[in-house]
Amino acid sequence: MMEVSLLEIIGRIIGAIIIAFIGIVVGLFYKGLDRKLAAKMQARLGPPLRQPFLDFFKLMIKENIVPENAVPWIFNGVPVLTLVSALTILFYLPVGSIPPLLSGYGDVILIIYLLTLPAIGMVIGGFASGSPYANVGAQREMVMMMSYELPLVTTVISIGWKLSQVYPQINVFSLEVINNHPIWGLVGPLGFVGAIFLLLTLAVVTPGELSKIPFDVPEAETELAGGLLVEYSGRNLALFSLADATKTIVMASLTIVLFFPYNISPLFHLSGFLAIALDTLFFLVKLFLVIFIEVTFIRVAVARFKIDQVSFAYWVPISLMGLLGLVLIFLDHII
Amino acid sequence: MKLNKYFERSLWVFHLNTGSCNGCDIEIVAGLTPRYDLERFGIKLVGSPKHADVLLVTGPVTSKMADRVKRVYAQTPDPKAVIVVGTCGISGGVFYNSYNLSGSIDKVIPVDVYVPGCPPRPEAIINGVLQAWIKLEKLRKTLKDNSPAK
Repeated sequence: MMEVSLLEIIGRIIGAIIIAFIGIVVGLFYKGLDRKLAAKMQARLGPPLRQPFLDFFKLMIKENIVPENAVPWIFNGVPVLTLVSALTILFYLPVGSIPPLLSGYGDVILIIYLLTLPAIGMVIGGFASGSPYANVGAQREMVMMMSYELPLVTTVISIGWKLSQVYPQINVFSLEVINNHPIWGLVGPLGFVGAIFLLLTLAVVTPGELSKIPFDVPEAETELAGGLLVEYSGRNLALFSLADATKTIVMASLTIVLFFPYNISPLFHLSGFLAIALDTLFFLVKLFLVIFIEVTFIRVAVARFKIDQVSFAYWVPISLMGLLGLVLIFLDHII
Repeated sequence: MKLNKYFERSLWVFHLNTGSCNGCDIEIVAGLTPRYDLERFGIKLVGSPKHADVLLVTGPVTSKMADRVKRVYAQTPDPKAVIVVGTCGISGGVFYNSYNLSGSIDKVIPVDVYVPGCPPRPEAIINGVLQAWIKLEKLRKTLKDNSPAK
């Protein structure tokens, strides 16, 4: 056990509040950027960048309707759980050259568990709202979770395994270790191809994890009238929108940590505060690029899948792609 | 009822058809196309009345729909506005005095803005939403002036 002083705990709590606030603001800003760019791609003007903030403040003053046949304490509690579990992941993610707030207390396996919590929260909320639409949405969300977990875990395990072979002494699932040792530098040509497959796998898992088109079957607006969220209004819906914004940057950050953990400051031989500022800026640029490609571009380019197509896509082609990446990295190591 | 200045900039619209011929509905959808792009005002079409701020009601109210209209209105969380699109919803239009109608929409639920036309042009619908904005702004001002805190 590590020695923890009272001062350190207070520092961590203040840090957590600051990170949560920054995470939400950045998440909402990127959501606005996403909507603006999607509109530009469809030759529209699109909403202003601050639109998600306006939506949030509007939802906060709306009436909160709890349906007659809902379970009120679950119905009202789940949005908080969803937001909190999404925010908790932020404390474990390194940003540029800044180490995570809770470094040493959790690893990438914990993040995979925490990533399922918002989805499980929404499933429980869907069932608790007592609407047939939400019920169908919740069932679809469960099917989705079962589908995308395998490829997601394959990606993480492959990178962890490769690191464990190169550096047998260290904790390979620690996010700081993964962040300091990019996968691309450790593998040969065969493993490089494998890592590209893994990157593609994670890029397809991301929109599924975030319930974005083409994998937004649980929230399908046109056929399920909002699916899981159909009965939610006012403050609860606002919390769900914050959780969605936070989850977007969490998933994009995970892609960055696993595949693009490079920093820009060593290039300019900077150190100290300037280096941290520049790296953070560079991190935000990377975040934007990842969100743009994995969420915005895919969202505009394709239409929604049916639930059986989503399940098939994750279980067969995407899982096979992930396993192929794993096998290639393994072959690269033993040859 | 509470209102803030963000409310008018982010109106989420639920589209309710109470027996319309689909003419007005097509014009509403036209308002969301890239040519008119309602989203630039923060207006979004939502799938559930629970998410909505504005009910966009089209068509005369048929007897079967009257109860449903009331229920959808009750399900929409406060504060809310109702916009009637099309002549049918205002007076019954060509279906005036028909045996299976409950009458115009304002006989069933309170209406804030009327957009006449058969069907109205998308510009007229956008103008209607603008009138709802102005109405909500005035309402916010009166609420602020009459609030007990001051």
